[in-house]
Amino acid sequence: MADQNESTPAQEQAAAQDPAAQQNAQLLALLHRLFGEAAFTDVEESYGILTATTTREQIHGIIAGLQQDEELQLNFLTTMCGIHWPEQEGRELGMVYHLHSLTRNIRLRLKIFFPIADPVAPTLTDLYSAANWMEREAFDFYGIIFPGHPNLMRILNVEDMDYHPMRKEYALEDGTREDKTDLFFGR
Amino acid sequence: MAVNDTLEGTHKIIESAREQQPHLNPLAPTVNDFNQELTTLNLGPTHPATHGIFQNILQMDGERIISGVPTIGYIHRAFEKIAERRPFYQITTLTDRMNYCSSPINNFGWHMTVEKLLGVEVPKRAQYIRVILMELARITDHLICNGILGVDTGAFTGFLYLMDEREKVYEIYEEVSGARLTTNMGRVGGMERDFSDIAIAKLRAWLKTFPGVMREFEAMFNRNRIFMDRIVDVGAISAERALNYGFTGPNLRAAGVDYDVRVMNPYSSYQDFDFEIPVGTKGDTYDRFMVRNEEIWQSLRIIEQALENLPVGPYHADAPHFYLPPKQAVYQNMEALIYHFKIVMGEIDAPVGEVYHSVEGGNGELGFYLVSDGGRTPYRLHFRRPCFIYYQAYTEMVVGQTLSDAIVTLSSMNVIAGELDA
Repeated sequence: MADQNESTPAQEQAAAQDPAAQQNAQLLALLHRLFGEAAFTDVEESYGILTATTTREQIHGIIAGLQQDEELQLNFLTTMCGIHWPEQEGRELGMVYHLHSLTRNIRLRLKIFFPIADPVAPTLTDLYSAANWMEREAFDFYGIIFPGHPNLMRILNVEDMDYHPMRKEYALEDGTREDKTDLFFGR
Repeated sequence: MAVNDTLEGTHKIIESAREQQPHLNPLAPTVNDFNQELTTLNLGPTHPATHGIFQNILQMDGERIISGVPTIGYIHRAFEKIAERRPFYQITTLTDRMNYCSSPINNFGWHMTVEKLLGVEVPKRAQYIRVILMELARITDHLICNGILGVDTGAFTGFLYLMDEREKVYEIYEEVSGARLTTNMGRVGGMERDFSDIAIAKLRAWLKTFPGVMREFEAMFNRNRIFMDRIVDVGAISAERALNYGFTGPNLRAAGVDYDVRVMNPYSSYQDFDFEIPVGTKGDTYDRFMVRNEEIWQSLRIIEQALENLPVGPYHADAPHFYLPPKQAVYQNMEALIYHFKIVMGEIDAPVGEVYHSVEGGNGELGFYLVSDGGRTPYRLHFRRPCFIYYQAYTEMVVGQTLSDAIVTLSSMNVIAGELDA
């Protein structure tokens, strides 16, 4: 498990015979051909799913392009969710998109990151009706704003909540409590 | 940090969205124009037909629905946040409470996600046991959905027959895990105990009696003129719209798309079994009802095959870092004591990585997106809850229909409030 990031020739050969790895290579080639190699950073294969990071300026075009693409037909939005990495300076907040091709059975994970001071991401509601509530959820829990969303309101939390609870600065338990020690339970 | 600025900007966007589309704002005063004679109707939050707590504010023109605003979140319990502080084995109990009509599927889906992260290979016997329990869960889930569809159309009898059968399945769960509804079944690495002789006997007895009851139920409903008049062509959705809305599971298959996670990405040895994926044609309530009925028969086929070929061997993986040792050994064996302590106190680190694993839940693709930073708890855990995603389409499906159609559409979509709100 420790050396999973280093690939030996034997592993590379195994990957060449693995159909999933072949599909991922095909998908990566398609991504590079359609959107250019510069559009993607941190490309890796994480437990079988091709993962790539792109920018919020490009994400809408990429997902729209993949939806239209006839070759691999990545036109099913499986899920999307927000994520918060407080240590990443200037790219604290992120969105993670999972796309799926139901005809070719290929999955793709795309990520974008942006500063927490400017938490704006493009809306996908014009491409996928399913994106509506998922974006409301990301707004509700992470405060990510999707300009152009038809109805960007809180979805699971109460209307008058004034913070975004999944951000890491909000500890699960009341931080001011002194009657119990939290040494073993919690980060 | 500019939290306040952010919030201000957010509020502005919300305000402008409300101004542009006042009909979407449930808090806005209702415009009751007598010339149009529109009525606002609250369907929920506690309405017998919602079978869970969620609200639909419907604008009605007489008996027809003009528009609807769904409000959800009434039983939101912040599972994703809670999961960020719990070790992996404690998260199983959270998954129970999502789709509580088929908890074993949620439990095993979560265990398989963790096993994928850890690289643990589960023995065949445990995989087959899981398949049997997951298919039992699928059957109970579909039984509830179809039974309640009968109740909502005025036929209580079928529901009572089916509840009786569900009860017997819950007794099998009880033999396996000690619990009935929120099962907390299995462990990371396999099962916590093997099938007992009583469990096998109960399962075999149930497999003998259940098909008869199911045939009786189908005889009562499938070609029943009154029932068909109520549900044929009601709440239909096309395959294109269903895919765009992220439908999965029986609701998508009723629209004619044969996507099933068990076949497309087989997990837990589903590739060993011979079964069919029923699909509908129109995506209406009748198709959803029939697809679920047929899936019950296919699940029975899988259970029979798995029980017939149940491999002999261990029922859990040899993963001492994550699978609790037997209690007896903890008292007598030092290594077991150390492992027990380390697992319970969460002293064991997981590998760094991110993994997405999905299983075919009762309602569709139930996905777990787990980001691990190497600590004892997930850094981020996102549940892809099929209900949450496809319930958005409800308004579109019922606009233009009557209130009674809206009720049966809701029943046949099988929206489980626990999964909707998580």
